Amino acid sequence: MAGGFFNEMVDSDGVVRSHYARFAEWLQDTPSERVARKRAEADTLFHRVGITFAVYGEEEGTERLIPFDIVPRILPAAEWNALSAGLRQRVKTLNLFLHDIYHGQEILKAGRVPADHVLKNAQYRPEMQGLDVPNGIYAHVAGVDIVRAGQGEFYVLEDNLRVPSGVSYMLEDRKMMMRLFPELFARYSVAPVEHYPDMLLDSLLSISPKGVADPVVVVLTPGAYNSAYFEHAFLAQQMGVELVEGQDLFVRSDVVYMRTTQGPRRVDVIYRRVDDDFLDPLVFRKDSKLGVPGLLSAYRSGNVTLCNAIGTGVADDKSIYPYVPEMVRFYLGEEPLLNNVPTYMLRKPDDLKYVQAHLPELVVKEVHGSGGYGMLIGPASSKAQIEDFRKRIEAAPEKYIAQPTLSLSACPTFVESGVAPRHIDLRPFVLSGREINMVPGGLTRVALSEGSLVVNSSQGGGTKDTWVLEN
Amino acid sequence: MLSRTADHLYWMARYTERAENVARMLDVNFRMSLLPQTPEQIEQGWGAVLGVNGLQDAYRELHGTVTPEKVVRYMVFDRDNPSSIYSCLLASRENIRAVRGSVTSEMWEMQNSTWLEFRALDPEKVLGSDIGEMFEWVRHRSHLSRGVTVGTMLQDEDFRFIRLGSFLERADNTARILDVKYQAIELGAKEGDAASEYYQWSALLRSVSGFAAYRKVYRDLITPRRVAELLVLRADMPRSLARSMKEVYTNLTQVANRQSGETERRAGELYTSLRFGRIEDIFDVGLHDYLTAFLGKTDDLGDRIAQDFLVPVLAD
Repeated sequence: MAGGFFNEMVDSDGVVRSHYARFAEWLQDTPSERVARKRAEADTLFHRVGITFAVYGEEEGTERLIPFDIVPRILPAAEWNALSAGLRQRVKTLNLFLHDIYHGQEILKAGRVPADHVLKNAQYRPEMQGLDVPNGIYAHVAGVDIVRAGQGEFYVLEDNLRVPSGVSYMLEDRKMMMRLFPELFARYSVAPVEHYPDMLLDSLLSISPKGVADPVVVVLTPGAYNSAYFEHAFLAQQMGVELVEGQDLFVRSDVVYMRTTQGPRRVDVIYRRVDDDFLDPLVFRKDSKLGVPGLLSAYRSGNVTLCNAIGTGVADDKSIYPYVPEMVRFYLGEEPLLNNVPTYMLRKPDDLKYVQAHLPELVVKEVHGSGGYGMLIGPASSKAQIEDFRKRIEAAPEKYIAQPTLSLSACPTFVESGVAPRHIDLRPFVLSGREINMVPGGLTRVALSEGSLVVNSSQGGGTKDTWVLEN
Repeated sequence: MLSRTADHLYWMARYTERAENVARMLDVNFRMSLLPQTPEQIEQGWGAVLGVNGLQDAYRELHGTVTPEKVVRYMVFDRDNPSSIYSCLLASRENIRAVRGSVTSEMWEMQNSTWLEFRALDPEKVLGSDIGEMFEWVRHRSHLSRGVTVGTMLQDEDFRFIRLGSFLERADNTARILDVKYQAIELGAKEGDAASEYYQWSALLRSVSGFAAYRKVYRDLITPRRVAELLVLRADMPRSLARSMKEVYTNLTQVANRQSGETERRAGELYTSLRFGRIEDIFDVGLHDYLTAFLGKTDDLGDRIAQDFLVPVLAD
């Protein structure tokens, strides 16, 4: 199974890698009818349990499943250890960066990151300037997207520091695998992930405003029609805290309360899954019905902690991304452990010229885009699509970056024609509170169409259980 | 607990109960339609189903004449009819979905499966052959919903609001069924057909699972007065007004807050009047008038519960 990409299961000589050997054996020994039955069972269970996402514009009472693939993505302990060390370093750096730009801006003064990239960025929030947040942590929950390319080297594709989602699928995928194929877990010693909600709660409790003895934590959701609602409800339930909507909260004298059947109750920590723009109609978008009027003022008074902090988006912006390795050197005096994908900034004339000459080979992304929308994958696009994009770039080059098309690694996946390699990525979830914590692995997303590199669920991507092996 | 959570749980329970009672009523009519009946009786029976739900006018505007098939379709599958089984099950499911983290996973999965199974039904097929089976299924799902609630849920405030919703809705529904059917049977009775009357009364009893209970309690002929007594005053009859109000009152006292005193008092007063009431006195007033007044009181309780607990108000 060659084809110019790293195959997670089989090496270039067609030999099954040692960490996949027992799985390959199992797959061979298991009658295909049983596998097919189990796959159907998984679908039914996901529907019944309602592990679904709502699609905007579809009828009430209908939600879609994110396709679940039963072939696990397996990472040997050593690979994970190297990766997690890199993730710690990177997230630590990004939090230092956020603290710096909202305080002394040393990195800008030193000229290591161009000041206008930061200060003119829409995600830079002047409201945060000079504000001290508990433990100096801004991105308490980070979902860093990792891909493997070339001979299997890891690259960071994106740092998601705003409201990264997907962790519930990581947990439900594991539960599903254990339910469907318990025998596999007898063959493998797989590092557990089930304690993630406990770790998250611990992180949230550790950042409560000073002097609060028994902090009240809530999860703030945009509501049942948000595509990630399942995850919000799931995390609140698993942590044993209230799931609130903006309408359930109000602010009085800079203190946040929730409306309960027994009257108002004070709230200390808000794990918010609502974007900055919608958090407080008095300060951000006036038309937001999802937020809480006065929340920012309560936050600035130090009476409530928001997780993640406001204004983290400036550090995961695609225009800032190219500078992360430089940040590692600046703040930690270390060499970055994780690779960045080489990135062309189209605002730079030289880069623009190169990209224009090489469009069919490159991936071009909108600086502020996400979810796999608004991007061009050169090698997979028609001439017309490329020309269309060329015009968009020429009209506003500063809105775009470009990267070489990475040949993402692939993992065997059940598809209509049987089992075939499909491209995958990995989103580990990194928690920062008193210390940096993560559960081994993360969410593996898989692009189900042959050759596709887009793994986003909104674009038809699926998920796999991710196994980090214990030595 | 959050007021909004209480609101969703309360309405989830009310809609589940309502779906069950709609199915019960339709089922009784369906069974009666298997007996020899005059066309007037048939129309009267199906019209009554609409009457119970206050839907005569809305229905006539859409469909004109009352035929069994059209009424069943309207009361089961019509998405625009807010009292159809479709609408009740959807509302119930959307309410629990909004607070799925507050209920046990078994409750959510059960309620979600109900909706998924119902949505997968082919209306033409159901209407064509196994309509009785479908009514039974709705009843069973409602039993299951109650069972999984009682069997898996922590008996905290969340639980109380679910119970409150179930029993307030049941009090309302039983009163409506009794009122409409009673009037209908009385009308028919003037024609003096004793056999038909017997079937009408036993159908009414069956619609509230009260036939065997009646036999057990009275060990005698079915008389209108006793049927009314069973469904209004007997606190040991699970679907009676007395029983339902007892549960409403008990659950209310357990969620009481600083502003709910008057609501509690009114619920207690209503329950006590049933607890110590006499059927003779009710018939002196007239059953219809009595039930109309009762429905006014349950409506008032519903409004007060919303005011005291469910509507997010700025109170200290």
